[in-house]
This record gives sequence, structure tokens and C-alpha cells, in this order.
Amino acid sequence: MTSANPSLQALPAEPPALAEISQETLALTRRLFVQLQRRPSTLVAGVLQPLIWLVLFGALFAKAPEGLLPEGMSYGRFLGAGVIVFTAFSGALNAGLPVMFDREFGFLNRLLVAPLRSRSSIVLASVLYITVMSLVQSLAIMATAALLGYGWPGGGGLLLVLVTLLLLVFAVTALSLGLAFALPGHIELIAVIFVANLPLLFASTALAPISFMPAWLGWLAAINPLTFAIEPIRAAYAGQLSLTAVVLEAPYGELSAAACLGVLAALAVGLFLLIRPLLDRKLS
Amino acid sequence: MGDGAAVDGLIQLHDLRKSYGRGEKAVQALDGLSLSVPAGSLYGLLGPNGSGKTTSLRILCTLLAPDAGSVRVAGLDALAQPRAVRRLLGYVAQEVAIDKILTGRELLRLQGDLHHLEGGVRNRRIAELVELLGMGEWIDRRCGGYSGGMRRRLDLASALLHRPRVLVLDEPTVGLDIESRAAIWTVLRQLRDGGTTVLLSSHYLEEVDALADRLAIIERGRVIAEGVPADLKQALGGDRVTLRVREFSDAEEAARVQRLVQGCAGVRQVVVNQSQGYSLNLVVEHEGVVEQLRRQLAEAQLPVFALAQSRPSLDDVYLQATGRTLMDAELAVAGLRDPKEERKQSMR
Repeated sequence: MTSANPSLQALPAEPPALAEISQETLALTRRLFVQLQRRPSTLVAGVLQPLIWLVLFGALFAKAPEGLLPEGMSYGRFLGAGVIVFTAFSGALNAGLPVMFDREFGFLNRLLVAPLRSRSSIVLASVLYITVMSLVQSLAIMATAALLGYGWPGGGGLLLVLVTLLLLVFAVTALSLGLAFALPGHIELIAVIFVANLPLLFASTALAPISFMPAWLGWLAAINPLTFAIEPIRAAYAGQLSLTAVVLEAPYGELSAAACLGVLAALAVGLFLLIRPLLDRKLS
Repeated sequence: MGDGAAVDGLIQLHDLRKSYGRGEKAVQALDGLSLSVPAGSLYGLLGPNGSGKTTSLRILCTLLAPDAGSVRVAGLDALAQPRAVRRLLGYVAQEVAIDKILTGRELLRLQGDLHHLEGGVRNRRIAELVELLGMGEWIDRRCGGYSGGMRRRLDLASALLHRPRVLVLDEPTVGLDIESRAAIWTVLRQLRDGGTTVLLSSHYLEEVDALADRLAIIERGRVIAEGVPADLKQALGGDRVTLRVREFSDAEEAARVQRLVQGCAGVRQVVVNQSQGYSLNLVVEHEGVVEQLRRQLAEAQLPVFALAQSRPSLDDVYLQATGRTLMDAELAVAGLRDPKEERKQSMR
């Protein structure tokens, strides 16, 4: 056989893509977990902070006025859903930090000279790691909330909680990874995380229902992604398991749990599409 | 000299151009650099800091895209088929990033997986390299505590895991202790003898002189001299003489001696070396000239503190090609380096 292009002849046959991609993704993910195992402070802080929120904020508003919360719900129970979502959210918001450090210290270059089958493996490893870590943190908070007497969602409810958290974590992880490649250094990334974190919490329904807020803040809360995650989870905690039941009474209309999940899914997909060109450029 | 692009090289860089930054702050790092590295050679890239060595190697290793020019490795176009080229290359970067919290062995395993080695093959290969590079004592300790020499050996090991046809090293022995340096030199020679093509950059003359079968001198992003070290030295002709009438002379005296010496038959290129106490560097055409020189100095009642004669060295090759010594070139850019800018250039 003859070939016009000698360089094509020199190429050996490629092994199956899936096997290679899983090998490299697994190796990169393992590295992140070894780091976590030897330096568990991130995980511990990620559980401690929301726990303090839960205990202190719960106590602060334990005597919330009658009628503030729907159907005589206790404040602690109301707050639980907010803190669970906040935990997953803050965990995912930090997803970009390890990537940023790899960029800054040149470890990323070490990965890029290797013949990775797909450079998405680098991003995929971060997503896997952050997802597991955020879910572990959230479950720890859920367990603590249950011990404090704030309830536990039943079988189907737990599934709804996990799906909601997953969607939120995907969306926020995409955002954070995008920032990790767009910003010049970790100082800037930490600044953005710091500025985004608390305002997003306050401008959501984590701490108070929309009905309690001034109109403008109500609007903000009603378009805040955290709210779309909090309300289905709150409903699951209340034992209400219909996807079509209204869970959020926003100024612009009523939303069911399914609609909230739809918004979160759209957000996650949208953000991944948005950062893709950036990742392609930085990793090519 | 100058055009290093022979057609048969395993690595062929052709007319590479690259600039960093835009507008007035733009820096031309590569200005038409061409290079051809024969298969199985140990090839040295010699030049002062900022001459474009690192940029060329980063482009070769597919970490950086050139503004113009082509890169071929074993017939493959590195710009069109970067992944195929990455499989052939092992790269030891200058500023080595390691994950401080992993052990050396864990880092090598990660690297092996990124090269898609099968688990058993990978572990056997790691054991081999641990033996070869003498890393047994500390390979299972965390990298954070490694010395410069240990890190460099670990890096060399990780570049060799997949048995690359081409090993590329960017200033592999900068800042290393003598022992680590010797260990690395030995391994590089063994690799070359085993058929691996080794390309290393260095701003140490003696390193390139001791190691390289061929070398290219790079200055301001271009190759200005290329060839076998012995040939390059021989091509210069004549012997090098350093003359000092006093341990420390001054400009006026140096100029006077220079005039006198220039008058001698068989003496060429008399240069006053200000950075070495106004000594004189000259080229003599043959043995006898030195005797003649001594006589003339005596007649002029000038003392001789030192008069040293040597065959042309690589430093002389450098001087001839660039008009300055490598040390002066280093000093000229020493204050101009901007570590922050350099980090930005290497960051994705």
C-alpha cells in the first residue's frame, strides 16, 4: 500500500478513547482526593461554616414572629434547606481554586505536555471531585440538621434533594472553573468568591421567605439560582413530593418544583456552553 | 554558519517567530529561528538568558504556538498533530512544578496514567527509573521536602516514563549541586548512547562543551552559529592568549600595551577585557608569536604578571559569533529580567 502522506503512516493505531479518557480522568481525580485526604481542612471548614450558620442563625431567629413562615413551620426547619443549599453552593464556588493554583504554579503545563486523549479530562476531574465533596458536605449538614430536630426528607424526598444539589453544583462549578481560567490569579479569584458568596445567600430565600422581603429584594431573590434550589428542597423537607406542586411564589408567577429544576438544569448547561470556548482556548 | 535547517534532522524547527505582548511593550522572543537536530545526537542549545531558548523548547513541546514557522518531529507536524508529537517527547521544564503533597512515586504514577501506560508496565518502569536515578531512599516521601537536585531527578524520571524518542531539557542543571549535576550528565550520556535524541538548553558553556555532540548558539531569537563543538573551535584558528602586565591594570596602561602588542607580527584581534582587571585578550597565529611577544614586552620594560595561552574554547566561538563573551551577555540582561512577566508568559 502506498500513502501520499508519510506522517500519517508514522501514527500508531489509537487505543479506545473511552479507556484512555477514563484512565487519565481517574488519575487526575485521585490526585485531588489524595490532596483532600492529606489536607482535610477544606472539607472540615466547608462543613463547620454552614453548621455555625445553622446553629447561630437558627437560635437568633428562633422567636421569629408568628405568620412569618408558612404553616407554622419552625425557623430552624425553614433555615435547614437554605443552609444545605448554601453548603453545596460554597463548595462548588471553590472548584476553580485548585485549577487556578495549578495554572499559577505551572502544574497545568506538566499535564499539558502529556498526550492526554482529551483535555476535558482536567475539567472533568475537577467536576467529579467538587461534586463528591459538595455532596458529602451537604449530607453532613443534613445529618446534623436531623439531629437538631429539623427533620429528614423521606426516600423520594432525598432523591429530589440530591438531584437539586447536583444541578446547582454543576452550574456553579462551571462558573468557578470559567473564572479560574479567565482571571489572572488566585487573589482575584478569591476576591470574586468572597464578594459573590454572602450577597447571594442574603438575596435568596435561604434566611427569609419572599413575602417578608421588600419588593425589590423579593425580585432579586426570585431570580437568584440559590432560590430555585432552596424551594424544592424545602418542599421535600415538608413532605410534599409532587413535582408539579407550586413551591415558589415569585413576583412574576408561581413555579413548581419541576420548573425550578428546569431553570437549574438550563443554567448548568448554559454555563458549560458559555465557558467551553474559554476552556478550549486555554487548553489547546 | 547560521542556517541550521538541514533536511534530515529528527527535530526540525523552521523559521520560528514569536513575540510576547502587544504594541510598544512587545518583545520579539524568536526572530526566524531554524534548527535541525540529528537523530541520536545530544544537542546543545547555548545562549544567554532571554535569547529565546525556553520559548523554542516550549514551542517544540507543543505548549506554545509560534506566530509563524513550522515544527516537525520525526516527520510529524507538531502544530497539526500535537498529541502524536507529545507521545514522542519527554520534557523537563526549567521551573518545575510539583505537587508538594504527593509523594514522588504518586506523581510518577499520575504521569504514567497521563501517558496511558498499563498499570503493571507503569510500576515496573517506575521501579527501573528509581534505580537508575538513585531515588530509592526518598521516592515515597512527599515532594514538598525535596531538594533542588531531587526534584530535578524526579522530573527527569517523569519525562522518561514513556521511553520517549526525544528528551528535551530546559537548563537541566541550573542551581544544582555538583553531585546531582554529574548524575544528570551521566544519565543524559547513557540515553544518547541508547539511541534517544537529547536536546538541552544551557547557558553554561562548560556544560554544552562537556555534553553536546552538536550545538547551536542562539542570540536574540536566532541561531547565529551551529555545528560540532570541536569543528567550531578549530574553525576559529590560532591560539588564545591572555596577557596581564599587572594583576590590576588601568585603562590608560591597557591601551598603551594594546598599541604595542598590535604591532607584533602574527597577532590578531587584541581586545581589552575591562571586567578582568584590564587584561588583554589576543589571538596568535602560531607558537613562535608568544616568544616574540615576551621579547617585545621586555624591551619596552613592561612587567608580565600573567601570560596564558590556550586552544580556542567554546567561549571564543561565542565571542566570535556574537562580539561579546557569554558572561557579558548574561550581565547585560541580568537586570532586565522580569519574573512576573515571565510567569505570565508561561501561564495558561
